[in-house]
Formats: sequence, structure tokens, C-alpha cells
Amino acid sequence: MTITERTPNSFRNQPDERGHFGQFGGRYVAETLMPLVLDLEREYRAAQQDPSFAAQFDDLLEHYVGRPSPLYYAERLTEEVRKDAPAGKGAQIWFKRDELNHTGAHKINNCVGQILLAIRMGKTRIIAETGAGQHGVATATVCARFGLPCFIYMGAKDIERQQPNVFRMRLLGAEIIPVTSGAGTLKDAMNEGLRDWVANVHDTFYIIGTAAGPHPYPELVRDFQSVIGKEARAQMLSRINRLPDLLVACIGGGSNALGLFHPFLDDKDVAMLGIEAAGHGLDKEHAASLAGGRPGILHGNKTYLLQDADGQIAEAHSISAGLDYPGIGPEHSWLKEIGRVRYDSVTDTDALAAFQLLCRTEGIIPALEPAHAIAAVEREAKKMDRDQIILANLCGRGDKDIFTVAEALGTKI
Amino acid sequence: MTRLSTAFSKAHPALVAFITAGDGDTAANLDALVAGGADVIELGMPFTDPMADGPVIQEANIRSLNAGTTTADIFALASAFRKRHPDTPLVLMGYANPMTIRGGDWFASECNKAGVDGVICVDIPPEEDPELGPALRSAGIDLIRLATPTTDVARLPAVLDGASGFLYYVSVAGITGLQVAAQTSIDEAVARLKGQTDLPVAVGFGVRTPEQAANIARVADGVVVGSAIVELVAQHGASAAGPVRDYVASLKHAIVAARKA
Repeated sequence: MTITERTPNSFRNQPDERGHFGQFGGRYVAETLMPLVLDLEREYRAAQQDPSFAAQFDDLLEHYVGRPSPLYYAERLTEEVRKDAPAGKGAQIWFKRDELNHTGAHKINNCVGQILLAIRMGKTRIIAETGAGQHGVATATVCARFGLPCFIYMGAKDIERQQPNVFRMRLLGAEIIPVTSGAGTLKDAMNEGLRDWVANVHDTFYIIGTAAGPHPYPELVRDFQSVIGKEARAQMLSRINRLPDLLVACIGGGSNALGLFHPFLDDKDVAMLGIEAAGHGLDKEHAASLAGGRPGILHGNKTYLLQDADGQIAEAHSISAGLDYPGIGPEHSWLKEIGRVRYDSVTDTDALAAFQLLCRTEGIIPALEPAHAIAAVEREAKKMDRDQIILANLCGRGDKDIFTVAEALGTKI
Repeated sequence: MTRLSTAFSKAHPALVAFITAGDGDTAANLDALVAGGADVIELGMPFTDPMADGPVIQEANIRSLNAGTTTADIFALASAFRKRHPDTPLVLMGYANPMTIRGGDWFASECNKAGVDGVICVDIPPEEDPELGPALRSAGIDLIRLATPTTDVARLPAVLDGASGFLYYVSVAGITGLQVAAQTSIDEAVARLKGQTDLPVAVGFGVRTPEQAANIARVADGVVVGSAIVELVAQHGASAAGPVRDYVASLKHAIVAARKA
């Protein structure tokens, strides 16, 4: 990890000293948590200045997580997409293979960083929330690696649809606490995580799984995940001596997207596209906070939220448990408002089709989350010239999703 | 003198009683709180994601929202209460999003029109004061801040800056209605807080028996009771007013007696 350079006229110098990305972000937490959040910020600043912290982080990413992850040209997918593209169209499709990380997703990058912070702060108990279970598995993994007790809050509905990950977490020694309040999904798991934290502030570190929550979480999660974009940028330059024309990533809270985008934000010729989950469609149940929400305050930050006129939070829906959240990281809200990143959405149906397409054409079973990004890549590639390059983040593998996909396709396994 | 400062300058500590708006027969229950002797009323604004609340108030929020309670309904309840009870201070308590979604100025103006005296917002700490604080202060609505066991001496001035009405001491690091703080820790905390502010200090979280209320009344300017009353509303539904009044009266009796003893 290296320290983000802060220069004027850069898209990369957010947040401000109060943790705001424009009007977004901030620290909207109960007073009980406020001293702890301030402590975390102080400790993170100290860690950023400490070469031994960066060295330990880099070492674990290389030898434990398996970084750098490959940069891969998806030749057969590119050819397949070109078949229905207009003449001369069909951009080259490249993937950043973060699904090959230990534990099968990008989530582990952030967990390694946060557990090192927890240890620095002398915390002896770890909690986390999880939706798809990937962040829960990654948290349970680093807890096992460092011998710390781990408690994972997970919505009861998500426990049902993510059984393989639930079992993985238990094997890793974590205790899974089912959350039945609300709809029993990620939002409710995050509420319970915050309730646990407020009651156990003296010894507990909350490893938040996405680039959201009170400052400094959105910043530090982004920084830990930025390894994705830093590697990809260097790999692109060394492989083909140019930068991609378009970056694409899926967005629940948005940590994999920020991890890919952030190191490229000041490369003005690189366009970026964030893909939210359109669920059953934007006019029905969905999880696209930017497309269907407006700014509000939840879970410690101000950001776009799915909500009603009175500010009551709506339930999100996506076939992908990892995208099933009615909010989004505050930096994305800012990047949308300033127009640096374009945001669009993909339905459950289109994500399922893209999931199968990648299996067939490349021999890669993606998670349902990046399947949303792949569906968008197909759409975009057909509009772009053949010599242009799209780089998408393949942020997770699909082993965990095969039961959900089988059910959606009407197959019994 | 505001209604709140009057309530805190009586011969006995103030009993601050909480119910969730839209849960049960709220108008009747508000009247029952006054009849039982509550000196300050906290009316909870239901929210889908009450992160600082325990199961009792979480469920009250769900009951209220499922019954269709809107922000307009809450202000209508407050306005009607103000007409029936011109002198009893009414404080709205809740979370940032419902309070700020139409802008802090809108919320402050509605509070003003409805005769609301103060606002407690769980998730707007002093660091985010611009979200709501300036609007409330310019509308003459007290912004009641929370101090907790994690608010140390160095931080307290930041909490007090811009605070008015009273200071709400959250006696346990935790969520509402579950744990009970050791009385010695409450005594120490109140003494510490009163050394740093002239605002009245009310103590809440986990208070449910008249005996606990009396113990707190010996040292603090106010005692806040919430979950125990909300439990009665849950248990008795539309006919909760009688049990609520009797329970509040038992707390009030203990508080008044505590200072005489």
C-alpha cells in the first residue's frame, strides 16, 4: 500500500478532513461510537505513515492472498460479442481476475488491511456484516489467520441463499449470528453490526465490507482495494503499453469498483462505468440506489439511498445477495454528481445470461455480482470500435452462486 | 423561561417519558404520560433502521410504520398534544434521515409550528451539526445532545457546544432497553458532567423500576424512561393508556420521594 498523493485539481484527493466527498460521506453515528471512529481515523493516519504497516500489508497480499491477480484478455468472449456487433464494432474485453484471490473475491484485500488496523489498535474481537457471504468469509479467514474471535451478522434470508459460504465461515471458526429484523438482508445485518459495536466499543473492531459507513471507512476501504486498479494500470501498460478506454465494475456498496477506478480517476481518457443491480427492473424491485434513490443518511454516511418521501429506507432486491443493499458508498455518489463516472444498471435476467455466457466462452464461472458488470460489458463493447479496450473487474467467483443460479434456471442440483 | 427550562426548575427532578409515535393510541398514551406526572415527553419518530435501539423500540418502530405512520402524522400528533397540554414540553427523538430528508430548515419550521420544544437526533454527532443544528437554533428549538460513557472530558466541550434544553446522559454503552448501568458509574458520570455544564442532566437507557428511577433522581436533574413504557403499549395495545398512566405515576412518586428523603 502506498499513500494517496494529494494534489490540487485531482479527482483522487477526496474526502476532505471531515470525511466528506462533496456533500456526501461524513460521520453520522451515535455519540457512543464517535470517539471510536475518531480513534480509528488517528490510527489509520499513523498506519499510512508507517512503512512497516505497508510492508506487512503488501507481504500478506502477495503471499497469503496471491496478488498480483492476473490481467486477462477474454478473446473468445470478445469474438462472441463481435458476432452481433455492427461492422467494425466490438471492443476488446479484458478482465482483472480478482476472483482468483484467496477466498474467491476482492473482499480479502480490505479485510487484510482492516485486521492489521484492528491489531494496531489492540482490539481483540472482530465483528462484520455480510450479504453474499464473501465479506464474511474473508473476515473469518483473516480472523483465523490472526487468531481473533469473529462474529458475523448475516440476514436470515441471505443465510438461506448462501449456504456454502455460511458453512465456510463456520469451518473458519466464525460464529454466524442470523438477523431476522427487517427483510433479513445486508441492510439489517449492518444495523445489528452497529448495535453490537455500540455495546462492545472497548474491545471490538468492526470490519466493514464495503466503501461505506462513517469516515474513515469509505476512505480506508477504497485505499486497501485500490491495489486492484494500481496493479491493473501497471499491467495494462506493461502488456500493451496503453490504458483501457473504459473501466466497468458492478456496484453494491461499490468497493470493487472504487478499487479499480480510483487509481485511474486522473487519467482523463479513461471512461468509467459503474453497474448497479436493476433487480426485476428499475420500475419494480431493484437495488440501484443512484438510478432510483436520492441523497439521505444511513449507516454513518450521507449518500444516495432507496427511500420514500419521509426518508424511510426501502428494501432492495437483487438476485445477487452482494448487491442487495439500498445504499451505495459515498464516493460513488460524489463521482456521479461531478460526472466523472457514468452509472447504469443491469437486471437479474441479463446478469444470469451474462453469467452463463462467461461460463461457456471463457471457462470462468463468475459470481452473480460481476455477472452484472459482464452484461454491461457486452452492451458497451458493441458500441465501441474493435481497437478499443474495455477492462472489467471480475471481482468474485461463482462457486457460491451455483445453487441460486440453478434455481433461477429451474434446475435441481 | 422555555417550557423545558421550567420543567427542569421544579422542586423535584424531571421525569422524561418516551413513547413511539404511531404505536398504539398515541394521543391517549401521551395524555396518560401527562396524567401520570411526566414532566417532559419524548415522542419517538419511527425509522426503518433504528441502529441505536434494542428489540422493544425496534418492534414499536415496525408496528408504527406498518400502521402507515408518516412524518405529517407525527407533527399532527404533536400539534394536537400542544393544544391539549399548553405547558408540557414535547421533544422529538429519532434518526437523521427522516429529520433531514426535506432539509433541516423544513424540519425546524414544522417543529416550530407544531409546538415542539426540542429535538434529539441519535446519529448527528457534533461533527455533523450543520445538518440540523443551525436550523433548529434559528427556529428556537432546543437541540438536545447525548453524552455517553465514551464521551471523555476532552470531548465533552464539543458535545456541549450548541447544545441546549438539557443534556441526555446515555448511561450504558449499548442500545436502548437492555442493560442497566451500575449506580456508582451513573453517580460519577453525572458529577463529572455537572462540573462542565449548567444544562440540566437527564439520565436514561435501561431504567425501568421506580427504585432505579429514585436512585438516579438523587443525583441527576432528570430520569428518562422509554422501553419499559413502550413494552406496556405493546402488551396492552389500544387500551394501554391506563397501565401507562399508573406505571408513570409509580415512577413519578419514587422520583419525588427520592429528593425528599
